[in-house]
Amino acid sequence: MIARFRTNGLSMPGRSLLLAAAASLLLGSAAHAETLRWARVGDALTLDPHSANEGPTSTLLHHIYETLVERGLDGSLQPRLATEWSIHADDPTVWVFKLREGVKFHDGADFTAEDVVASVTRVTSETSDFKGLHAAVAGAEAIDDYTVHIKTNGPSPLYVQNLTNFFIMDKGWIEANGVENPQDFKAGEEKYTVRNTNGTGPYVLESRDPEVRTVLKLNENHWAEKPAVTEIIYTPIKEAATRVAALLSGEVDFVQDVPVQDIARLQETQSVAVTTGPENRTIFFSYDMTSDSLISLAGDNPFKKPEVREAMALALDRDAIKTVVMRGQSVPGAQNVPPFANGYDAELDAYGAPDYDKAKALLAEAGYPDGFSVDFHCPNDRYLNDEAICQAFVGMLGRIGVKANLVSQSRTVHFPAIQNLQVDFYLLGWGVPPFDSQYVFDFLVHSREDARGGWNGSRYSNPEVDAKIKSLATETDLEKRDATIAEIWKQVQDDRVFLMVHNQVLAYATKANIEIAVHPENQPSMTNVTFK
Amino acid sequence: MIAYILRRLFQSIVVMLVVGLVSFSLFRYVGDPVATMMGQEASVADRAELRERLGLDDPFFVQFANYLGRAASGNFGISYRLQQPVMELILSRLPATLELAFVSGILAFVVGVSFGVYTALNRSGMLSSSIMTLSLIGVSLPTFLIGILLIWLFAVELRWLPSFGRGETVRLGYWTTGFLTPSGRASLILPAITLGLYQMTLIMRLVRAEMLEVLRSDYIKFARARGLSNRAIHFGHALKNTMVPVVTIAGLQLGSIIAFAIITETVFQWPGVGALFINSVQFVDIPVMAAYLMLIALIFVVINLVVDLLYYAIDPRLRIEQSGARH
Repeated sequence: MIARFRTNGLSMPGRSLLLAAAASLLLGSAAHAETLRWARVGDALTLDPHSANEGPTSTLLHHIYETLVERGLDGSLQPRLATEWSIHADDPTVWVFKLREGVKFHDGADFTAEDVVASVTRVTSETSDFKGLHAAVAGAEAIDDYTVHIKTNGPSPLYVQNLTNFFIMDKGWIEANGVENPQDFKAGEEKYTVRNTNGTGPYVLESRDPEVRTVLKLNENHWAEKPAVTEIIYTPIKEAATRVAALLSGEVDFVQDVPVQDIARLQETQSVAVTTGPENRTIFFSYDMTSDSLISLAGDNPFKKPEVREAMALALDRDAIKTVVMRGQSVPGAQNVPPFANGYDAELDAYGAPDYDKAKALLAEAGYPDGFSVDFHCPNDRYLNDEAICQAFVGMLGRIGVKANLVSQSRTVHFPAIQNLQVDFYLLGWGVPPFDSQYVFDFLVHSREDARGGWNGSRYSNPEVDAKIKSLATETDLEKRDATIAEIWKQVQDDRVFLMVHNQVLAYATKANIEIAVHPENQPSMTNVTFK
Repeated sequence: MIAYILRRLFQSIVVMLVVGLVSFSLFRYVGDPVATMMGQEASVADRAELRERLGLDDPFFVQFANYLGRAASGNFGISYRLQQPVMELILSRLPATLELAFVSGILAFVVGVSFGVYTALNRSGMLSSSIMTLSLIGVSLPTFLIGILLIWLFAVELRWLPSFGRGETVRLGYWTTGFLTPSGRASLILPAITLGLYQMTLIMRLVRAEMLEVLRSDYIKFARARGLSNRAIHFGHALKNTMVPVVTIAGLQLGSIIAFAIITETVFQWPGVGALFINSVQFVDIPVMAAYLMLIALIFVVINLVVDLLYYAIDPRLRIEQSGARH
């Protein structure tokens, strides 16, 4: 508006309007009353901080509740309710947290070490959806008002990395409302915490109509610097086209989930700004490389042969998928770990151009001169253009004579099938919340055993690698640990356990006057929003 | 009459049970709710444990019987997705769907009948042929596309109407209504047109065809011979007799407007039961899916019953046949 008056020259009415506009801008910033209307594809499932380990739920809750540590925009750990943390000098099985002083919950109660202890108890209870991240915890103890010890079963040098979505509740409030455990679906009763909150966060819950609108107001007593946004109106808009239309028509200010196909067009729209950044999520293919017989190819398993796995890697044209399927919005790579996670190696991540002739030769060498036919499972409602990626790869495999029969299904069918080892060859995406390769190894590389290997659909089982992975959990010498991680990656890449495609890219779209940085975990905080 | 209603009620209960059985048997193909309920870190053992707690490992008939038992006592369970009581969720969403269905039903009926009569009486006019052409587009374009086109034109380009949601609503007891606020009424327009367009064209074409048929019949010729006015012939005799099939279709269509509001609700982020259902399917929220399908079955059953009773009122021959059968 102002810019336009300037270019038009300053006629008298123009000048007075300009002054008025400038005055109102000044008043606006002085009063600090800025509402941000935030739209994304889905709503938080619940407001209970420990009962749904799901992205959108945690993202919204970060505004109401707070964690001990948080993930910064660069992926590093930042202090939040804890100001310092370290492994106990005398006991490697104890994590020591120094807590921030003078913090109050929304209801006025003081935040102390007892609240952290109560929250640890709650998050490790049976009905908690986060208990897997706290599996190593043996117990928590308040040493004084602002010091907490969390004891683990054996050394857990990485435990603090699991705390970025661990929300702290008030002990008194938990007891007063009888919400010692998160939602129990079997009991068939709604917990008080599903709709009521009492956190220490920068915003207070004003009203909530699930899947319609959630309104948050600034917490005037918050310990940190006052953010520019004083009111948040959060509206889920499921349909991508409607979400973009709502931004273009000025009905929302910030769209978090921008469809890939709209990014280029929105970038050309003057009233809209698009910010992109890497997401903490890899997209890869994997296959049963261990069984003697496949489900869709009885009596044979081509994936067992290293030549076949290499041939498939040579058939994958990552750049074509990036330009055609992802419209340029992806970061292709060959190592199945995001670039900002510990253990990433640019050398391992480098990939070459496809070579179909060599791939065919390798297949012939492995005894499949005419290729083979196998079922290929793909989700169609989970990752960016997941089904289209699979379709593209089906075409590429066709060029070397491998006939992949695409079975594209909802994530609700696809994921259990991987976990129950009912697929031969599939696409999966993987985020690494602790930003460390151990998380990838634990779930995707280690053979299935207790809590490990739950998503290892490749059935890869290498006792030597398993032993190394186990050692990572308790190794406190970080240099030695990193060396082990590098060794494991070398082995995993040599064995071609994964056929990595790319890292996903996030895109946020806002009105042109709003600035917000892309958060690698896709958990942007509205406290970081600035107005131009 | 009472025996007839009782017989219809008994049939309705059987229909409801069959719907319940069929929908329950389909849930296993939708997927595993545990996959969406738990984060990716949950171990295989944790998943198995939750599955057991939810009773998902029980044999199908045991699950169904348990469900019916609880439903009979009014307990439809807790939503796996939103963690709230299912009945409360559905009841809180129902007003949005019913208001939308009501407005688009009225719109479809009024506009459909008027256009139908007009095109039947003025068969060769310019306006008639343009209405007929437009109606073809209305029938053939998918709801989704119509919704997006309307949003693009009226919300993004012209900025006259909101692109999503229900606007401000007013709470009247258990009911929330959008009729009482300007933003609520403005929000209704685009979804109502989108949802009602197909029905509108259907009713229009039906009225036109029936009307043309009736206008050729002997009693209309006799009426003309008697010198009755055009107005009396067209509206007193012809239209009245075309209404029997139209009411049947319109009634059944009202059921499908409610049931198939799913797409319109999704496009416009309309917070009704249809949007709730589609989200539940994607999450495999079995308690909500089951309750929703039963509710839709109930709506269809009730509408059919009402339509049958309306026949009585409109068509005197039915009454004569019934009383004749008693002799």
